[in-house]
Formats: sequence, structure tokens, C-alpha cells
Amino acid sequence: MTEPIVKYTDVHKYFGDLEVLKGIDLEVMPGEKLSLIGPSGSGKTTIIRMLMTLEQPTSGVIEVEGEPLWHKEVNGQLVPADEKHLHKVRGKIGMVFQHFNLFPHMTILKNCTSAPVNVLGISKEEAKERAVEMLEKVGLADKMDNYPAQLSGGQQQRVAIARALVMQPKVMLFDEATSALDPETVGEVLEIIRDIAKEGKMAMILVTHEMEFARDVSDRIVFLEDGVLTEQGPPEEVLGNPKSERLKSFLERFIQTSTSN
Amino acid sequence: MRDIINLWDWDTLFDAFPSIFAAMWLTIGLTFACYAFALVFGIVWTVLRRIPIRPIYWLVTFIMNFIRTTPPLVQLILIYVGLPDVGIILGSITAAILGLGIHFSTYISEIYRSGIESVSKGQWEAATALNYTKFQKWTKIILPQAIPPVIPMLGNYLIIMFKEVPLASAIGVSGMLLMANIYGAKHLEYIEPLTIVAFFFLLMSYPSSLLIKRLEKKMNRRFEKKVGSSDNGKEVTAS
Amino acid sequence: MFILAKGLDITIKVLIGSAVFGYLVAFVAGFASLSRYGIIRKVTAVFVEFFRGTSLIVQLFWIYFVLPLPDIWTGIVAISLNYGAYMSEIVRGAIVAVPKGQTEASVALNMTPFQRMRLVILPQAVRMMLPEFGNYLIQMLKATSLVSLIGLADITFQAELHRSVNLNLGLQIFFLLLVMYFLLALPLIGVTRWLERISSKGVASR
Repeated sequence: MTEPIVKYTDVHKYFGDLEVLKGIDLEVMPGEKLSLIGPSGSGKTTIIRMLMTLEQPTSGVIEVEGEPLWHKEVNGQLVPADEKHLHKVRGKIGMVFQHFNLFPHMTILKNCTSAPVNVLGISKEEAKERAVEMLEKVGLADKMDNYPAQLSGGQQQRVAIARALVMQPKVMLFDEATSALDPETVGEVLEIIRDIAKEGKMAMILVTHEMEFARDVSDRIVFLEDGVLTEQGPPEEVLGNPKSERLKSFLERFIQTSTSN
Repeated sequence: MRDIINLWDWDTLFDAFPSIFAAMWLTIGLTFACYAFALVFGIVWTVLRRIPIRPIYWLVTFIMNFIRTTPPLVQLILIYVGLPDVGIILGSITAAILGLGIHFSTYISEIYRSGIESVSKGQWEAATALNYTKFQKWTKIILPQAIPPVIPMLGNYLIIMFKEVPLASAIGVSGMLLMANIYGAKHLEYIEPLTIVAFFFLLMSYPSSLLIKRLEKKMNRRFEKKVGSSDNGKEVTAS
Repeated sequence: MFILAKGLDITIKVLIGSAVFGYLVAFVAGFASLSRYGIIRKVTAVFVEFFRGTSLIVQLFWIYFVLPLPDIWTGIVAISLNYGAYMSEIVRGAIVAVPKGQTEASVALNMTPFQRMRLVILPQAVRMMLPEFGNYLIQMLKATSLVSLIGLADITFQAELHRSVNLNLGLQIFFLLLVMYFLLALPLIGVTRWLERISSKGVASR
């Protein structure tokens, strides 16, 4: 039996009085590709942002490789983690954001080498080697001396993917990676993500509205509604044969809007 | 109280010139000293206000507002005349640096804050996702983006400081203004020496403000250029 | 504090006088800087740059020794010319900042140039000016302390006088003086916040 690489146990999250996650239990296996789907506001993004340590869970435990993320064990008791602990565990996770969040004051190459040099402590030469390799993978090695603002949205997102890959995370998170893109550049970004998924080493959690894409790349799809995981399973089952009325109507609405566009 | 008014006299002008010109260097030097103090002390306020404890934030904000809404002249006098009562005796120049430095540090701190707030939340999040330490986030990601856009505003405050420095004449700093008034009292000729002082101020602050304006335009252009070229990039990929 | 209060009438008189004339100077110079006559624009620019480029305290002494005015008017003239010059830039900037479409729409409605300014441009521009005007009110209050240097008996002057006969009370006296200025500023801060609220409504966006 392999151990899950990520495990959520009864995770709740409140924003003020609003409970956005109502007891999430979820396991992700090493190398597994998992898509989170659901209406906007259902809490999908919050689930992965907690794993990236951008939001703190109100209660419950998130483990990465069996080790609590937001807590650490002191004399058999779980106490809130300090920044040092977060820093250690966070190194296993990488993230691609909806709005890319490239660093505008750095060239494309520098965007991809700054973190490896400063955070992982590898040499500049090695970082550059890795960065160029990843930029070639996303097809943008020729742009490495440009600044982010000189690139299109799709190109920026491809750089953001390369930047995250250079850090060699064990789990990669994609937060609606194509939602902020012009329709004509969505394809190029999905193509890259598909390629990475095929390589198969990393676990991936994707929050997405691209149903066709989710069907292609995922091993498992999870449907989230009002802060509860209501249905999950292999793509054919969840998308092809939805059990609950909620999921059915969600998928129908989705097909309608995507064809009307 | 007012002394006799004489008509304009060129001889008086040339007579008064050397002592005022000599005092110009003190005025300029004091400007930079006060400004440097304000730049550094502004960091202190900014850091204090980022401590995530509400009462500290309120207290610091209140003190800053108090300093900002009360006259720097009175603050100078308080430091120079009042502090000796509790055994702190400062020279007039030190008192001026401290007084004007602290007064303007509250404005400088606001500029720092606006620069920091202009960096989007996504930049912090990306830096967290790449596992930068807190120190690295500030030095590598946030400050390099927060500082350049506010450089023209910081430059403006150097000019403003220059024009506030003659306040120090009230506590006996012998800059241009005090020298002019001393000359006036001695010879009962105020117009010429004061005109020289005004001329010097104009001579230095007007070109500097033109320089700042150009810097501002350049910054804006650089920003627009980036945006413009990103449009070009889009066209390239679309075709 | 009661002893300082003796100077309160001077401080407030100078503040009100400076504000009234300061805003007046600001509007006159602001409009003049947008005049269609080059000569008017140039003269205005020289005036504005002169009063912004030299220091208020230098101007105060200069006016004091050159113009034969009653002392209180010396203070008011110096402060209102200086701050008027600064605020004229706000007036000008606000008028220029009203979107071009507003002028075009009022041309389309066949308004005369005067009507355009009075009915469409100014009501919007003034809203943009208000918060800055409020801020400058506080700056002018601070500036009134300078009149003590030309012998006007404002609260700062009274404090100095009081301290000269109570040599060991300097710290207390001047601290109380600062508190007094802060108390005077409080209603002005309130006014500024109120002006900010007003100005956030009713301006066309680009």
C-alpha cells in the first residue's frame, strides 16, 4: 500500500461567519492527477490555497507525506506550526496561479532562476540549466531575456508553469490556470499542462472549468458544492454518469454555456 | 517693532551677498541631513505599523497623525527649548535634524506604504508558493517593485524639506534666512538680503522640481511602454 | 492652556483669512493658467513658480519688511499667496481631469462655453478638488504658527511669552501647545473626511 502524498482530514474553513469548507476529507496519491470541479464559490480554490499555505484552515488537519502541514508534533501533541515548519513542508508543493503572478521586475529567465538560487540554494549555472530546460519544454526559451509585460497572457502562464517546475515540487497545484486568458491562448496552456501530466511523476491538483480537459488528464474528478465533496470517481463515471441531481444540472449548465460561447 | 523701510540699493545687495552665500552651504547640508533622517525614520514608522497587533497600529497611527497635524515650528522649539527641562540638551543643528526629520518621516512613511501597497497580493502569494523566506520576499520581490514608482514622490519631499529648513532659523541655526535677518537688523536694510535668500531658494528648487517632473514622466512612459509592448506580443502569438 | 488660549483669536483669524484668500487665489490662478491667452498663462506660471519655489517663511519676512501692511494682514497675505499658488495646481489639474467626453456631450447639447464650465465641468472638478482643499486647510493651520515670528500674538507667541517667565516649564508649555494645535486640527480633519465622502460621488469616470 502506498501512502497518500496529501491527506485532508475533516478540514473546515471559515471566512468571518461564512463557512466555505464544511469538513473536507480527501486523499491524493503520489503521481495522481486530480481535478476539482464545481460552481464558483464552492470552495475549490480554498482547498488548494490551504495546501499552498496561503490560507490557514480553521480546523482539521492537512498532511503532506504523512507530516502535518499546519501543525507540528511536540511531545505527541499537535501545535500550530511556525514559519520554519511551513517553510520545510511547503517546499514539496508548487502552484500555478490564475493571474500568473510573474515578477514584473525580473526577466523571464530570472523569474525561473531566482527561487532555485535563493530558496533551494543551487548554483546560478545549475539554476540556469534547469530553467532553460523548462522554458524549452514550454516553448519559450527564446523569450528568456524579455520581461513579463512583453509577453501575451498565454505566454506568461507558460512561463509561470516553467517557474513552478524548476522548483521540482512533488505536488503541483493549478488554480484555474486558463480562466484569465484570452480564448485564443487557452489551448497552448492546456497543451503544456497535458504534456506535464503525461510525464506522470508529479501529483497534480487542478481547479478547472475546462471539462473536456479535465476528462483528458485526470485520474479522478471530485465535485465540490457548498463546501462539501459530494461526488468523486474516474472521469468517465463522474462526467458521463453523474449520480446526483446537483452534479447533473451543473454539468448541463456547463455544456450550455460553453456551447453558447 | 518694524524697522525702517529703505528703497532698493544695489550696494547693499553686494554687501549682504557674501555672508548669505556662505550660509547657503549650511542650509543645503542641513536639508540633506534632515532628509536622510526622515528617510530612515520613515522606515521605522512603516515597520511599526506592520506589526499585526491592533492597539500598536492604532497608537503608532495616532502618534504619526499628531506629529503631522501640528506645526513643525513648535516641534522644533519643543525639542530645542523644552527637552533641556528633562536634561536632554541638544545643539540647534541637532535639534533641527531631529525635529524636521521626525516631522517629515511621517510623510515619507506614507509614501513607503503606498509603494508597498501598490504591489499586488498575487506577488506575495507567488513568493510564498516559491517558498521564499520572509526576508527574501521583501528584498527580492516586494521592495524592488515598491520603491521605483515612488522615487519621484520621494524627490518632491527633498524639495519640500529644502523650503522648510529655514524654520530652523527660529532656534538659531545660522542658515541663509538667519544671516539675512541678522544683516537686516545690523544695517536696517532687509529688502536686499531677503531678496537674495528668496532668489537662492528659487534658483535651487525650481530646476529641481523640473527635474522631478521629467523623472515622473519618464517613469510613466516606461510603464506605458511595457503595457504597449505586451500588446505587440499578443499580436505575434495570435498570428 | 488658558494662558495660551489668549492667542486663539489671532490664530483663528489668520487661518480663516488665509483660507478665504488662499482658495480665491487658487481659483483665479488656476483658471488663469488655463487661459487661451499665452501672456496670461506665462504671468500665472511665474507667479505660481515664484511662490512655490521660495519658502513660505522667507516670503513672510519679505512681505513684512517690504509691504506696509498691518501685521495680521502680512500673515494672511503671505500664507494665502503661498498656499494659493500650491492649490492653483489642484484647481487646474481637476478641471483638466474632467473627461473630454463631458465637454463633447455639453457641446452636443448646444451649451455655451460659459454654461459648459458652470453646469458640467466645474461641478465635477470641484468635487475632485475638495479632499485636497481639506488637506491644505490643515497645512494652513500649521503655517499660522509662523506669524509668531513677526511678532503677532498667536498661540505660539503666547506660549513663548509664557515660557520666558516660567523657564523650567518649557516642555509642558510647548507640549500643551502641540495638543492645542491638534485639537484645532480635529474639526478640520473631520471636514476633510466629509469632503472626501462628498467627492466620491458624482464624478464621471473615463
